[in-house]
Amino acid sequence: MSQTTSLVKSSIGQKLLMALTGLFLCTFLLEHLIGNLLLFINDGGVIYDAYGEFLSGNIVIRTVEIGLFLGFLAHIAYGTTLWLRNKRKRPTPYEQNNPSANSTLASRIAFVSGSIVFIFLVIHLKTFFTPLRFDATHPSAYRLVTDAFQSPWYVGFYLFALFLLGYHLRHGFQSAFQTLGWLQSRYKKLIMFFGFIFWFIIPLGYAIIPIYFLWSHMTGGY
Amino acid sequence: MSSSMKITLKVWRQAEKNARGRLMTYSVPDVSPDMSFLEMLDMVNNTLVRKGEDAIAFDHDCREGICGTCSLYINGRAHGPLKGVATCQLHMRSFSDGDTIVVEPWRASPFPVIKDLVVDRSSFDRIMQAGGYVSVRTGGVPDANAIPIPKAVADEAFDAAACIGCGACVAACKNSSAMLFVSAKVSQLALLPQGNAERRQRAERMVAQMDAEGFGSCSNTYACEAECPKEISVSNIARLNREFIRAKVL
Repeated sequence: MSQTTSLVKSSIGQKLLMALTGLFLCTFLLEHLIGNLLLFINDGGVIYDAYGEFLSGNIVIRTVEIGLFLGFLAHIAYGTTLWLRNKRKRPTPYEQNNPSANSTLASRIAFVSGSIVFIFLVIHLKTFFTPLRFDATHPSAYRLVTDAFQSPWYVGFYLFALFLLGYHLRHGFQSAFQTLGWLQSRYKKLIMFFGFIFWFIIPLGYAIIPIYFLWSHMTGGY
Repeated sequence: MSSSMKITLKVWRQAEKNARGRLMTYSVPDVSPDMSFLEMLDMVNNTLVRKGEDAIAFDHDCREGICGTCSLYINGRAHGPLKGVATCQLHMRSFSDGDTIVVEPWRASPFPVIKDLVVDRSSFDRIMQAGGYVSVRTGGVPDANAIPIPKAVADEAFDAAACIGCGACVAACKNSSAMLFVSAKVSQLALLPQGNAERRQRAERMVAQMDAEGFGSCSNTYACEAECPKEISVSNIARLNREFIRAKVL
């Protein structure tokens, strides 16, 4: 009866890891959006390309990139493990269940929304990260963006994935602070305010980029 | 005098722990809207017994919402459709004439079905045995104001102590997590001086036992708080997280 468990093996410790990696990934979302706002400078992509080259050539950025990769990996791997384990806790399902009476859809489908965001991430990396980092011809980052967002289907998928990212964060951001034990405190309003920025403002900011470039393409703006 | 209702009941029947169960349908005439849900089940059982059939097994004791013995997943909700009440406090006036009501036991692997609607909740007892106590005798009731405790703290401890350990939190949670129960027990003791000394070990041991019993992990859907008959707040879960992380890290 007196046995204890290590932090890493405990259910709370694993949720803590989900919370910390999730919040770490949120800081990346903010940084990535601010960088991408350079796309809107009307100079044919000169500054944006210079920014892209700075990112791929900078040793600090390259180091942080490894941390970011590990952050994604941990969040996805632990999220999947916990989801699978939690599903096994109810081997006989209810014949009739009414979860919408007691919880939000966003909180119940975090794994599904996260999984689709993961698929988006793979496609996103293949479109932009892989050619920029590994292509010997050193393509223009600005050119990649404008080319990619000429397709309404591609833009549509982006918007769908960004909607789900927002939905994922609507639950995830405040949930991370609850896991840390800080949500139910005097800081609750502040956390919910920052949560709104992360689940609404930031995905909206990202969504403007493909819409803007598709619109420009269709109206012959560039 | 209220008019009587006709109800169709679909009840989970399972002969014993390892038997296969299924929903069985019973037509129940002459249900008074003033009956409690459990009295309605009593009436069904009387009929079954008179017919020589096996009565529906269900847990109940105080029938006034303070013991935590009754359970039942009614129409997809733990303790039925009302907020802040246990099944024993639910009355048939919450349903309409002609309704079909589906009644199931709590579903969670740490709560195996014993028979029909009765589940084994001794996993909760073992979590309590792991740390839900104060090890030394702390004497009788102290004189008023001998140990000054701010009113807000006393209220928080009392609200946590209202947990009756019925298991609705586990039943409602999509992960079958027992965090609301464990956090209420950890909170009621950690907030007051008598329980404060052992708060670290208590959080560590109760969480370890909770994990060992096979409950799922909390993903903060807050279904537990919404379905708890005593309306225990998820702020207790935040406190348990803090208590546990502090015990492990600091």
